[in-house]
Amino acid sequence: MTDMTDATRVTAAATRPALSGRVKAALTLFVLFALMPPLASALNDPFYVLIGTRILAYAIAALALDLILGFGAMVSFGHAAYLGLGTYAVAILSGFGINDLLVQILAATAMSAVFAAVTGAISLRTRGVYFIMITLAFGQMAFFFFISLSAYGGDDGVALASRSTLLGMEVLKTDFGLYYTTLVMLIGLFFLCHRITKSRFGRVLTGIRENPTRMEAIGFAPFRYQLTAFVISGCITAMAGVVLANQAQFVSPAFMSWHKSGELIVMVVLGGPGTLAGPIAGAVAALLLEEWLGALSEHWKLFFGLFLVLMVLFSPNGITGLLKKLGFGEKQK
Amino acid sequence: MTALTVTDLCKHYGALKVTDHVSLDIAPGEIHAIIGPNGAGKTTLIAQLSGQLGSDSGRVALDGKDITHLSMPERVRLGLARSFQITSVLPGFTALENVALAVQARQGSSFRFFGTVAAERALNAAAMEALHEAGLDHRAQIPARSLSHGEHRRLELAIALATKPRVLLLDEPLAGVGGEDAETFVENLRRLKGRLTMVLIEHDMDAVFALADRVSVLVYGRIIATGAPDAIRSDPEVRAAYLGEEEQEIA
Ligand SMILES: Nc1ncnc2c1ncn2[C@@H]1O[C@H](COP(=O)(O)OP(=O)(O)OP(=O)(O)O)[C@@H](O)[C@H]1O
Ligand SMILES: [Mg+2]
Repeated sequence: MTDMTDATRVTAAATRPALSGRVKAALTLFVLFALMPPLASALNDPFYVLIGTRILAYAIAALALDLILGFGAMVSFGHAAYLGLGTYAVAILSGFGINDLLVQILAATAMSAVFAAVTGAISLRTRGVYFIMITLAFGQMAFFFFISLSAYGGDDGVALASRSTLLGMEVLKTDFGLYYTTLVMLIGLFFLCHRITKSRFGRVLTGIRENPTRMEAIGFAPFRYQLTAFVISGCITAMAGVVLANQAQFVSPAFMSWHKSGELIVMVVLGGPGTLAGPIAGAVAALLLEEWLGALSEHWKLFFGLFLVLMVLFSPNGITGLLKKLGFGEKQK
Repeated sequence: MTALTVTDLCKHYGALKVTDHVSLDIAPGEIHAIIGPNGAGKTTLIAQLSGQLGSDSGRVALDGKDITHLSMPERVRLGLARSFQITSVLPGFTALENVALAVQARQGSSFRFFGTVAAERALNAAAMEALHEAGLDHRAQIPARSLSHGEHRRLELAIALATKPRVLLLDEPLAGVGGEDAETFVENLRRLKGRLTMVLIEHDMDAVFALADRVSVLVYGRIIATGAPDAIRSDPEVRAAYLGEEEQEIA
């Protein structure tokens, strides 16, 4: 290694930081999330805790979408279907008197795994724009299926009598309880996704994103890895749906409309795909902008669109890219 | 038994016959060069042999086993690897990561979701060995997109070697590499001689005549001659069809 240049050594060191910029950014966000509820009640605005829960739930969904969009270059335009499956798992089970969060999560992920495996296997026969269109079509199929489900209110949806319990305890009954439970889920799922992207599987997934032909030429058949990632992503998104049902105490097909799928993509792109922490920040930014612009003007979607255009123009890598430009964080792959 | 047997392989694009009844018997340990003018169909033949491209008719057998209908990943796992004429690597990965991924493909399951792959010593050690054989170990930590053209060619070789092939298909490994760099590269290839079987497509005649045990000449999709390098050099038909223009270089 004597002929290693200084540049070589610097790059070698930069690729193995003690705590990657991604984890540091996420930890910062988690601390801010944890501090929010006491702050909100001190300011006599406990209403924010419920809005905060909604943001955390979407952060979970954006994280899940980033796993396939950012790391696998699979732009799913039907991910709201999994949000919907999560919410309906809560509604359907509570109809049978089953209210435990863990059972609901289990059912939601099982349903989503099946739906993702079947629709993913078909969608992955296509690429690029076709993949986007076919995932959108499957999302719409799920949407119309639940609209026709009159036992659960069809188009109007159905209100939930109470929130879920956790192992028989009524932890989620208060807004604080629900918020912190969701935060724990988000943190756990972030580290799960982070581990996955650093694993053997994650390296294969990223390799397929970079150059599928090369991956085939060294012996990997991309399909099975992409499908597995697609299923994992769908299952995690369904968990966000379970939270949303509890947050709104109401379930309707609106959760699975294609607008929601689009919003999830916006969150990931806004935050910076392939960074995990970025899309969490993207969810916060998108939902806060929606709240504020919505309060300022009924034409908020116009302003939001304008904001997105500016973001794409000035920072193609989203919030993560913006922070890097301003000198925060280090370069990442 | 032959290492690689190609029988009556055909491929056409519309009216253009790119591979026209190609038959080849490659012996174990042999370096078999395929030369031919631009557009002769050399890259197409490699694509067919590697499974990247389907064939219209004909057979391909590896160590006597029919692999005609296997996919590219399946063939790689049986020991048939290839390199690309136009560098095709993972640009965002370091050289080491590019090669380690090829090692991972044959070593253990890739459905492992938790351990940190960058910390797997066995993968990194095997990858460093392949990088060393290709003469690129000193650039292991550099992202592939920052490597020079010559280094890309070496990375192509290292990745292919890391799959531990029995038969290696090299599509113009020296393309765009000149002078001293080409000489050391040829030396790297010579050290592999005997350990694995190679099908070598190359325009650099010095390299071909330095390395090859036998040479086949491909013109308009057809093999017009196969033989020892000296015999090919003096074959009048070959000279007329191909070597003529470079006569002076090799004389
Ligand atoms: N996908 C394709 N569709 C139509 N024609 C093609 C296609 N691919 C290759 N060809 C044609 O087939 C012929 C053989 O191409 P090929 O790339 O195999 O040649 P080659 O011998 O590798 O040439 P070179 O020395 O320039 O690398 C060329 O005439 C090329 O234009
Ligand atoms: Mg070619």
